[in-house]
Amino acid sequence: MNLLLALILLPLLGAIVVALLRGNERAAKPVALGFSLAELVLAAVAWASYRPGGARLQLSGSIEWIPTYGISLSFGLDGIALVMVAVIALLMPLVLGFSWRERLPSERSRGGFFALLLVEQALTVAVFAATDVFVFYVLFEIMLIPMYFLIGGYGGSRRQYAAVKFFLYSFLGGLIMLASAIGAYSYAARTTGQGTFDWATLRGVLADAPTSVQVWIFLGFFAAFAIKAPLVPLHTWLPDAAEQAPIGVAVIVVGVLDKVGTFGFLRYSLPLAPEASQLLAPLVLTLGVVGVLYGSLQAFAQTDLKRFIAYVSIAHFGFIALGIFAFTSQAQVGAASYMVNHSIATGMLVLVIGMIIARGGSSRIADYGGMARVTPLLAGMLLVAGLSTLSLPGTNSFISEFLVLIGSFATRPVFAILATVGMVLAAVYVLRLYQRIMQGPLSGTALLDSAGGPGAATDPEFAASGGTGSGASRLALRDLDGREIGVLAPLVVLIVLLGLYPAPVLDVITPSVEATMSEVGVTDPVTSQGGN
Amino acid sequence: MGVVARTGVPDRHSEVLAQQSTDMPPIAYAAVAPVLIVLVAACLGVLVEAFVPRRQRWAVQVALSLLTVVCAGAALIRHAREINTGGTTFADTVAVGPATLFLWGTLLALALGAILLIADRSIEPGGAFVAETNAASGGTASRHPADAPGAASAEVMDRASASVVGMRTEVFPLVLFSLGGMMVFCAANDLLTMFVALEVLSLPLYLLCGLARRRRLLSQEAAVKYFLLGAFASAFFLYGLALLYGYAGSVKFSDIADATAGSLRSDTLLFAGLGLVVMGLLFKGSVGPFHLWTPDVYHGAPTAVTGFMAACTKVAAFGGLLRLLHVAFRASSWEWHWVLWSVAVLSMVIGVVSGLTQRDLKRMIAYSSIAHAGFLMVGAITLTERGLSATLFYLLAYGFTTLAVFGTIGLVRTSEGEATHLSDWAGLAKRSPVVATVFTFLLLALAGIPATSGFMGKFAVFSAAFSAGMGPLVVIALLASALAAFIYLRVIVLMFFNDPAPDGPTVSVPGAFTTAAITLGVVVTLLLGLVPMLALDWASVGGFVS
Repeated sequence: MNLLLALILLPLLGAIVVALLRGNERAAKPVALGFSLAELVLAAVAWASYRPGGARLQLSGSIEWIPTYGISLSFGLDGIALVMVAVIALLMPLVLGFSWRERLPSERSRGGFFALLLVEQALTVAVFAATDVFVFYVLFEIMLIPMYFLIGGYGGSRRQYAAVKFFLYSFLGGLIMLASAIGAYSYAARTTGQGTFDWATLRGVLADAPTSVQVWIFLGFFAAFAIKAPLVPLHTWLPDAAEQAPIGVAVIVVGVLDKVGTFGFLRYSLPLAPEASQLLAPLVLTLGVVGVLYGSLQAFAQTDLKRFIAYVSIAHFGFIALGIFAFTSQAQVGAASYMVNHSIATGMLVLVIGMIIARGGSSRIADYGGMARVTPLLAGMLLVAGLSTLSLPGTNSFISEFLVLIGSFATRPVFAILATVGMVLAAVYVLRLYQRIMQGPLSGTALLDSAGGPGAATDPEFAASGGTGSGASRLALRDLDGREIGVLAPLVVLIVLLGLYPAPVLDVITPSVEATMSEVGVTDPVTSQGGN
Repeated sequence: MGVVARTGVPDRHSEVLAQQSTDMPPIAYAAVAPVLIVLVAACLGVLVEAFVPRRQRWAVQVALSLLTVVCAGAALIRHAREINTGGTTFADTVAVGPATLFLWGTLLALALGAILLIADRSIEPGGAFVAETNAASGGTASRHPADAPGAASAEVMDRASASVVGMRTEVFPLVLFSLGGMMVFCAANDLLTMFVALEVLSLPLYLLCGLARRRRLLSQEAAVKYFLLGAFASAFFLYGLALLYGYAGSVKFSDIADATAGSLRSDTLLFAGLGLVVMGLLFKGSVGPFHLWTPDVYHGAPTAVTGFMAACTKVAAFGGLLRLLHVAFRASSWEWHWVLWSVAVLSMVIGVVSGLTQRDLKRMIAYSSIAHAGFLMVGAITLTERGLSATLFYLLAYGFTTLAVFGTIGLVRTSEGEATHLSDWAGLAKRSPVVATVFTFLLLALAGIPATSGFMGKFAVFSAAFSAGMGPLVVIALLASALAAFIYLRVIVLMFFNDPAPDGPTVSVPGAFTTAAITLGVVVTLLLGLVPMLALDWASVGGFVS
């Protein structure tokens, strides 16, 4: 518990310190980075102390908060929460590193930006660690506020619209979830005489609840999570948010924040409403597969780089939902590891695209072309991120996607086959993007104008260097500098390492997934292991 | 004879009357001490107006009012420590139980904040209140075209001489009278006492609304409108009272409760009477569709008075309604339940939908208060113990937040006075980050975001309603909350993400009184959001007695 509490409070402390220093950017930035690195160390310690075969929830602890309603501040980690905490701890220093010199809207202080990012990190860690349904809801909603200010205060030209849309969608979903949480509480109060919001207790009580009760509870939680991890009819906030948010924030949104939704499916929807989740699985699977296909096609059609990322993510969330609701342990392990791998792959994709935008000053795909000639390293990075996104064997995402498909084929062959089409489409949209931006002759207004154009203004150092490194080209395009390589290198290493040797993640996740499966009361179909 | 005057019951048995009139009924002074202190101090305040020299009146009145509220609070705490189940006094016309004591405590604490706001003279030189229009300026009036009817006189308006003219200090006794009325209202044990208390709380409010130093016409219009509609509502209440007397043969809550619990009397009288009485109460609580006065009056009244009205009147009106429903009409609940069910829905919908279209901040908060009245109704009609304590908690939380909201609104001003139009608030965060942050926090509390008292209140009310089997109503209320969030987000967007207008308003540096009031509101909003047990325990001690 103490370790977990430190994990939650350290970024918060960092945020306070950075907020106090926000007038002095030179001091605020290293302090913020220092806190995020310390958090990474803490996360590593937590990972080391976690025993995969041990208790369902580890590092757990509880403080009484509102005894009248059976609410206590309870925290604990299972394997899935642990890897998500590790992912945000990993991404945050990279995001700070990326945003080190990113241009912000006028009169906005970078210290404030970094402080808000650290607050968001603390709340996200807490939301993954919460083991009291009420506390989870509270954090789920509070999490929106720093994000609202991050998007609305530091984003693009339509940032207000995007921020309000983001907030209202998530807030509405959260309130519907609250109705379900209250319903679960009331049911517990009626059957056991003692109302509670404790996750483990509720799980035990609700396991025997009639299906009709479970269906309502399931639907309430589902509304919140389907908005968060956008499933297709509820996804429209994500392209706007991703387009308008600054790159660093977009990484956190698609990399971590949205995972709260899929995490919620695994931690809350399935165990709290086991019968209903099986009953309604076809609904979720349909939405998931529709999301895979629709997201892929939309990604193919996008003209804006950031919206492209949003639709790629929507397609991937469809995969994750498919894996979770196929109810085989293979598929669920695949889905849970996909949550990590998607964060790494898409996080890197967003960062690389952010670096492209920093050079061209535009997020329109048509404004770029043939960059590989001038910036071979950047092109290579985009290729690595893209290949991981399309799940090329040998990259980290492949093993997850493969597990999801093979696992879901055992129980839901039709859905699995349809989703496989999504894999093919992914190859098409990623490679086409790479081709348009990187290959062929140098073209595109953003690049040709960039010598003295908006691209120069985005990066002061670049303007100062005056394009001396461009060599053969008369264009002042600069390849990756040391800071940018430092930001991307850890992700490249992880993509390759986890692609070749996924065991570290899978070992941590598998026991938790198996526990979830047994809580739902499902066993794997014999055929999937029997080599039928 | 004294008894007759107090109870107002025309007793049918004259020999009983004769017997009672000879013995004074015992009065539990300890129990009603807070009310007595407030009402006596109000009378003293009137004497101060008459005898204390003009220049010293403000100081004396402020000291007297604050002292009164603090003393009443002390008396309340002293009594609350020893009370177990509560009881009735003044020949059963006043009932003081745990829930009533909680309401009294809420009212006194809110009144303390409101008096601090009203007393502040630093934001508006000379204070925000004047009574006369042209009287003070005498012969110079004709030279000033601004002295049209309804405009304040030049002397009153002039900043240099404003402090000489000073502030009308009648507001303090008026506030105290109103407060006394509210306290009796929450404790009334029969309909007639309730009616008298209703008038005692209302009449000073009508006057207070018309005292604004600036924008006199709006203020006076608000006062007249409030008075006329309020008179109608009182008439409805009185008519309903008569019908209920016809039904039960008594105006006592306990007798009505007995009569409804299984008699063969005419249900028409009961429900017509109940409907009219409740209508009067809903009017005071500005519950839709009886809300029509709310936006105009909130808009026109001096902002400090609006804060007092919005916070305290709501507590009193819902306190009275809760008492009435819990004590007198619990037995017949299944028959009127659906009516108030739809009133709650209507109030939420009206408040949220109209709130979305407002361009003036005070009107917007007025519509938001109508939506909140809808949420309160959800708690009020549960008729369970948990529902009662949840509603009491909600009232406390909402009152403090609203008070601080109006305190903050009063700070943003142009040379014309308060700048309440939404566009004036654009980019406020750049000019005054502290005020913008405080206001954002308060708006988030009104929206019901976790970590604020607003959320805890909503959660308590909704979970109680859910347990009482009102699931669909809770879902509607949650959807309304989500929509209502947009109202507040709009303002936050304006303040933080828009650029300020070049000739925009300035933010006054609040005086010590206003700072104290706003700080009180913000601290309570935060504390109750993080540690709700502080008040929730107290609200759950017990219910009403009769």
